[in-house]
Amino acid sequence: MTMTITAPSRSALARLRWAFTDGWTITRRDLTHWANQPVQFVVNLLFSVMVLLMFGFLFGGAMAVPDGGDYQDFLVPGVLALTMVFGVEATFTAVSTDAQRGVTDRFRSLPMAPSAVVLGRCTADMLGAVLTLAALVVAGLLMGWRWHNGFASALAAFGLLLLLRLAMLWLGIYLGLVTRSPEAVMALQILVWPLGFLSNAFVAPATMPAWLGSIAEWNPLSATAAATRELFGNPGWGGEGWLAQHPLLLALLWPAALIAVFCPLAIRRYRNLSR
Amino acid sequence: MPAEEPAVVAENLRKRYGDTRALDGFDLTVAPGTVHGLLGPNGAGKTTAVRVFATLLRPDSGTARVAGFDVVRQAERARYRLGLVGQHAAVDELLSGRQNLEMFGRLYHLSAAGARRRAGELLERFRLADTGGKPVKQYSGGMRRRLDLAAGLILAPPVLFLDEPTTGLDPRARNEVWDAIRQLAAAGTTVLLTTQYLEEADQLADRVSVIDHGRVVAGGTTDELKRRIGADRIDVVLRSGADLAAAAALLTGIAGEEAETDPDRRLVSVPVRDRMAALSELVPALASAGITAEDVALRRPTLDEVFLHLTAKEKEVVG
Repeated sequence: MTMTITAPSRSALARLRWAFTDGWTITRRDLTHWANQPVQFVVNLLFSVMVLLMFGFLFGGAMAVPDGGDYQDFLVPGVLALTMVFGVEATFTAVSTDAQRGVTDRFRSLPMAPSAVVLGRCTADMLGAVLTLAALVVAGLLMGWRWHNGFASALAAFGLLLLLRLAMLWLGIYLGLVTRSPEAVMALQILVWPLGFLSNAFVAPATMPAWLGSIAEWNPLSATAAATRELFGNPGWGGEGWLAQHPLLLALLWPAALIAVFCPLAIRRYRNLSR
Repeated sequence: MPAEEPAVVAENLRKRYGDTRALDGFDLTVAPGTVHGLLGPNGAGKTTAVRVFATLLRPDSGTARVAGFDVVRQAERARYRLGLVGQHAAVDELLSGRQNLEMFGRLYHLSAAGARRRAGELLERFRLADTGGKPVKQYSGGMRRRLDLAAGLILAPPVLFLDEPTTGLDPRARNEVWDAIRQLAAAGTTVLLTTQYLEEADQLADRVSVIDHGRVVAGGTTDELKRRIGADRIDVVLRSGADLAAAAALLTGIAGEEAETDPDRRLVSVPVRDRMAALSELVPALASAGITAEDVALRRPTLDEVFLHLTAKEKEVVG
């Protein structure tokens, strides 16, 4: 049996090319998961849509936006941001499952670019986030939600949402490598869900007890939700504080800070698998 | 690789986790084209050693080479020449068998067409062609392990590491995996196999190294090792304790070794060199002597006996 194999190349350019080729192979793996499990894939998309519909129609009637705006307009950016935060669970599950099942070890024993595992995960999860956002936007538009400040501002808002998802991605990779246990996603949910609701996604922090309200205001999710509301021209619940007055800045700073912390931690953790 | 270069070499490998010395001066040499068994109990350091060889783990000190390449300094080159099959079937559950093999083929930098062709060949060879399109989560344990084995063989690597390849498999699946390993060995692949089962090493390996507390405590061919450990034993349980002395004399005659008796269990036990010949001689001899046996059992020394024996030997030598 003879096999022609590409000899390991030393040139930087060839290495870069392999990093992208291998990364794409790993990305395609996730795309194939979606294709192999179409029902699961659609259910995942519909889950976020369900949250939107539930709050829009079930609770929407009981909600009042202080400056008289429409609750649907207020709600959609909140659910978009919330969904980006919940994305941490998908990343965590994928990473910890691979680590536990030995797939990560198999990848590490292959002559592939080491960065490809992370690059592929990143691309696949961000593509998933784009599809989820698309499904939510369609559902939102059908519910009567609109953006009012033009397409460029709307694009900037989607950019901020994806930035938040990117921050959650690194958090998810890090936690997945630390725990190596997909079952721990239950514990993660217990942490993530309160964080999701303890924000301005559904209600104004001002309506909460003062101490809870300040946690909600500091929540990175609130920063992104408030910033996207501003960019979409949707009603906000703008508080008086400095935090509430600078949502755009915070929506950049928060994810940047999370990435600055968890990206190096995740990479170090991955490298330390060989310790 | 020069002809005299061993397929796998470890020299004085050390690796510690906190206070635990997982590898403590581990030495090993595996000749090309042979199957080498690494035999030891849980926690002896087998998996740690394999992870070092497979470039997954950096040793604290010492060197290891696979197919002539240092696993730390020349890790990428070594990776083109080794295959790893771990304790778990490290394949993607949601992909089909074919999709798994094609993905790993691409990651070995085969062309798309090459990866497809190779996946087809391997599915055929491991009798997975019919089920190649199903997601792996629908596979049986034996099928998964065969797919895992196939994934380790995409580049037809000259050196293959198998970490407890049959742990958790039922006997039928275990035989399937054994057959696959024998075929590989026959085709010239060097195999380093870890196992907790003496029988598995006996079935597959040309040479065996016994590992305990992170170092090799004994090594040799399986026959040499068995001579050192002591041979198989025949245990005979008698119906009547009164026959003990007669039966013991009879067994001593057949085996050429002093038989031991245990009156409480009405047991006579003797080590035998040629197990089947001794057994076929014994049963008619008992009958013609008018001794009724309730049970006649041929058994191998247990792994516990092996370790007790070898570690006792080592202490004698050291002390």
